[in-house]
Amino acid sequence: MSGPAMKTMNMIEAINSALDIMLAKDPDVVIMGEDVGYFGGVFRATAGLQAKHGKTRVFDTPISECGIIGVGVGMAAYGLRPVPEIQFADYIYPGLDQLVSEAARLRYRSANDFICPMTVRSPFGGGIFGGQTHSQSPESLFTHVCGIKTVIPATPYDAKGLLIAAIEDNDPVVFFEPKRIYNGPFSGYYDRPVEPWSKHEGSAVPDAYYRIELGKAAVVREGEAVTVLTYGTMVHVVKAVVAEHGIDAEIIDLRTLLPLDIETIEASVKKTGRCMVVHEATRTSGFGAELAAQVQERCFYHLEAPVERVTGFDTPYPHSLEWAYFPGPVRLARAFDKIMKD
Amino acid sequence: MEKSKKDNLAPLHLHIPEPKFRPGDVADFSDIIIPSVDAHPRPDEHVLPADIHPLAYGLIRVLDENHQATGSWNPGLDVATLQVMLRKMLLLRAFDDRMFRAQRQGKTSFYMKSFGEEATSVAATMTLDFNDMCFPSYRQQGILITRDYPLVDMMNQIYSNRGDRLKGRQLPIMYSAKDYGFFSLSGNLTTQYPQAVGWAMASASRGDTRISAVWCGDGSTAEGDFHNALTFAAVYNAPVIFQVVNNQWAISSFSGFAGSERTTFAARAIGYGIAGLRVDGNDALAVYAAMQWAANRARKNGGPTLIEYFTYRGEGHSTSDDPGAYRAAEEYASWPLGDPVTRLKDHLIAIGAWSDAAHDALIIELSENVKTIQKEAEQNGILGHGLHHPFETMFEDVFEEMPWHLKEQCAQMLEEQQDKFGSNWEAR
Repeated sequence: MSGPAMKTMNMIEAINSALDIMLAKDPDVVIMGEDVGYFGGVFRATAGLQAKHGKTRVFDTPISECGIIGVGVGMAAYGLRPVPEIQFADYIYPGLDQLVSEAARLRYRSANDFICPMTVRSPFGGGIFGGQTHSQSPESLFTHVCGIKTVIPATPYDAKGLLIAAIEDNDPVVFFEPKRIYNGPFSGYYDRPVEPWSKHEGSAVPDAYYRIELGKAAVVREGEAVTVLTYGTMVHVVKAVVAEHGIDAEIIDLRTLLPLDIETIEASVKKTGRCMVVHEATRTSGFGAELAAQVQERCFYHLEAPVERVTGFDTPYPHSLEWAYFPGPVRLARAFDKIMKD
Repeated sequence: MEKSKKDNLAPLHLHIPEPKFRPGDVADFSDIIIPSVDAHPRPDEHVLPADIHPLAYGLIRVLDENHQATGSWNPGLDVATLQVMLRKMLLLRAFDDRMFRAQRQGKTSFYMKSFGEEATSVAATMTLDFNDMCFPSYRQQGILITRDYPLVDMMNQIYSNRGDRLKGRQLPIMYSAKDYGFFSLSGNLTTQYPQAVGWAMASASRGDTRISAVWCGDGSTAEGDFHNALTFAAVYNAPVIFQVVNNQWAISSFSGFAGSERTTFAARAIGYGIAGLRVDGNDALAVYAAMQWAANRARKNGGPTLIEYFTYRGEGHSTSDDPGAYRAAEEYASWPLGDPVTRLKDHLIAIGAWSDAAHDALIIELSENVKTIQKEAEQNGILGHGLHHPFETMFEDVFEEMPWHLKEQCAQMLEEQQDKFGSNWEAR
């Protein structure tokens, strides 16, 4: 018996495949956003979908993030499953009130009378010389809101399965796509040639429908010396640094920040006795603070060193000094030195 | 649950706007109504907004088919002023060409041209006092050029190099120049609209004489901030001029996705009780006349005006998109309102104040001038080649005084550079 038909996909193609399948499977799914229709999105994530599924299923919107998300809440209240795209996560803030005060609380405040099964997709993160308005990682703003799930894939395979699960979820999901790795995993060595996804096992993607349950982390490398909790682009940077320095790290790709797979985290940290948290977002009140708190609450007596955070700095994302800002191989190597010495 | 009693009604239908032409089509703009010059004569600057509604649906024009400046909106500019206007527009065009090419050569990350829209920034700015505050969107580099901001400083910003007055922090073209009355560009859309109203309210509250002028595109009128701004301006009768550069396209989305299938952008003013003017944006003299009318009105406590410049985005949105993927080729060539530079040139020739030879010579002169300045700017470095501001500047200006955590992070970053580049890293 042969296995399911597989294809090599980059992350854009995997996301496009998930959207295509869900549009075909569920007539309630609608996709909308700036430039997503005829043009197929500025990153091509919706390419071909309007031509295939029709203009009332996949359509352009006015440039109003508040409007896009607010309209999404209304569509969801009617019974549709809207999948709005916000062109860059940096543009999501005008829509924040509709997400925070409306989408996130609709189920709670109406006591299940209305729900909001909406998935807001948005490219996020830096490393593309996008400056401060095309580089941000605002995920902790959303994990801090009660009632929104926050999902961040790190491979094409995960992107497709997680996006399908997000669209089928009956609660609002913010789905952040690390745009630095749309076309290939990123080692953090910006001066080396970009590796295409085709050389990475995560690019083998089933053609057909499949789900990756929200709230389940992936152990992407088993190890004994230290647990690294990370997600998105940084999964690949951590992998490269661990390989280069021969560190026996257990790398956990969280995949879903909320709800968090605390069991996998707890088991790993109790095994290794050390924990490092890595994200590209700014440090103060970042998601790493929550992870560090959870780990010390649950694993304190197993820890042989303080939890280490490796993050972006607490400044807006700079343009020319992007690589001094980015938590790249040097920052990671120094953190590994420190946590292994303690 | 009671069953609906409306089963016999016809099904509803969702309308999705669609532009008239896509790739492969031949653009035909013959349905665009171009009223004659003075179809709507220039009203008194103190007129009530309710009395000039037709101006929000018409098209203010000055240059006629014979390239003559005619009608009641003719600002009557002298030859020297007209030549300055043409020179600035040509300089802007030369600058855009060089910087677009520099991005293509890998010298920077990003660029946006204003090709076809030069009049909407150059002619508009010429009507303002130097001390009036401009709140630009991202395609108004013509404001800086009109105000004689040093081109080398614009280029340094585009290259994010060690000469960049913004310390390499911002995406190329996101300028800031307070001493030239040019507000810091955000990169997010239409956020400058309510800010311009606030600046104007502050000026009014202090008994100042300065006004503010703000620009946005057709697409970004959809943002909530556009409507916030109009509400506040109307409530406080703020001395502000709103300008919507309707260049038909917001990246790949035509103006119908901002509501142009239903009404004009100038007519947005009507619901707010603000004066609204719709202007031929490729007629530099009409742009000048409308802005001058609005500026005079604002300065005399007549309140805000919303001006729509009807124009066309001659190039892609930015260096990041190919317009051939979403709109008909040759749209710009068939645009019925022509090219703003050509029309002003034709006018100057028609009045005997210019010639084709002089025009061609000026283009060469300006191009050479821009090239020379580009070489000077590149002495300060291009993006990604090491000649940037010192690393520690990354942590400056987050706050007036640097808190402890940023000092710690700065020290950490400097140690990282040492690890990365060795002991000689400071030489970079």
